[in-house]
Amino acid sequence: MTEQIAADPIVPERHEHAGVQDPGTHHSPEHIKKEIRVYLIVFGALTVLTAATVFACFGLKLPVHYAIMVALTIATMKGFLVAGFFMHLLTEKRLIYGVLILTVVFFAALLWLPVHDVIDKF
Amino acid sequence: MDAHAHTAHHAEFEIPYTVHPRPDTGLYNGKLGIWLFLASEVMLFGALFSSLILIRSSAPSWPRGWEELNVPLATVNTFVLIASSVTVVLAWANLRLGNFNLGRLFIALTLLCGLIFMVIKAFEYGHKFELHHYPSTSNFFATYFVMTGLHGLHVVGGMIVFAYFLTFGAKMWKTERERFTNRIEIVGLYWHFVDLVWIFLFPTLYLL
Repeated sequence: MTEQIAADPIVPERHEHAGVQDPGTHHSPEHIKKEIRVYLIVFGALTVLTAATVFACFGLKLPVHYAIMVALTIATMKGFLVAGFFMHLLTEKRLIYGVLILTVVFFAALLWLPVHDVIDKF
Repeated sequence: MDAHAHTAHHAEFEIPYTVHPRPDTGLYNGKLGIWLFLASEVMLFGALFSSLILIRSSAPSWPRGWEELNVPLATVNTFVLIASSVTVVLAWANLRLGNFNLGRLFIALTLLCGLIFMVIKAFEYGHKFELHHYPSTSNFFATYFVMTGLHGLHVVGGMIVFAYFLTFGAKMWKTERERFTNRIEIVGLYWHFVDLVWIFLFPTLYLL
């Protein structure tokens, strides 16, 4: 596609459809530019956390029990940043929270089964 | 059927809520759909992580990841995937600002990151095969190949979708800007999930 398409924000004003606002697509250009700055800060944080986990587990060669604690704590922090900001879960609709709470319950049960088995051995 | 009746018939079967949110869910349908899909994906990868815990804890001995796998290469891949998560949100943000060309550039960069990730992964796999390390070699390599292989398939799936939106799918921008932007948001959510899985796979397999 060679033609130049003029920059024109999709919807500067807020759209309402049957009384519902969509926070995803209908923010002002200033708000979107602010979001871009947040994305770049999160990128920096993810980079630092990745370097930290590699340094702690691979560089320092921590014993496995400490390495598990450090690596999974940092991975959880990184997961929070990706889900919260990139997937904008921090400002998402209640229905999605409902779906995810159900998923977390089943996921926890799935992980609890083997962990319970491991604990029983000790 | 005259032209007016044909138009009415066509409008009747138009898929609703592809752009604007449904009043009851507060979401456009595609967004709810992708989240339900991602919920099923959590269970898919969750089953594999659960199996890994069980297999590893039952094994008489288990190598540290860095003894068998290439940590520097995997670290580079982690940065590449994180960078691709940023490029895809920047693509979405620029499309919302009406900057199609910039949005398209970031979609292309995301695709490039996916390609780099897969090339590095192929190099890593190739080296393992040279050393005669296959899924049948040990439980460690079985879990390594299954989990990274399934994750790699997800990366390829995302790349195919990005390639479509970069080429044929981009035509929608001319007629339905918001719908096209929503599509990038949806594939972006999928891509972030793929990144999220790698964020946990990387330390679990390579560093512990």
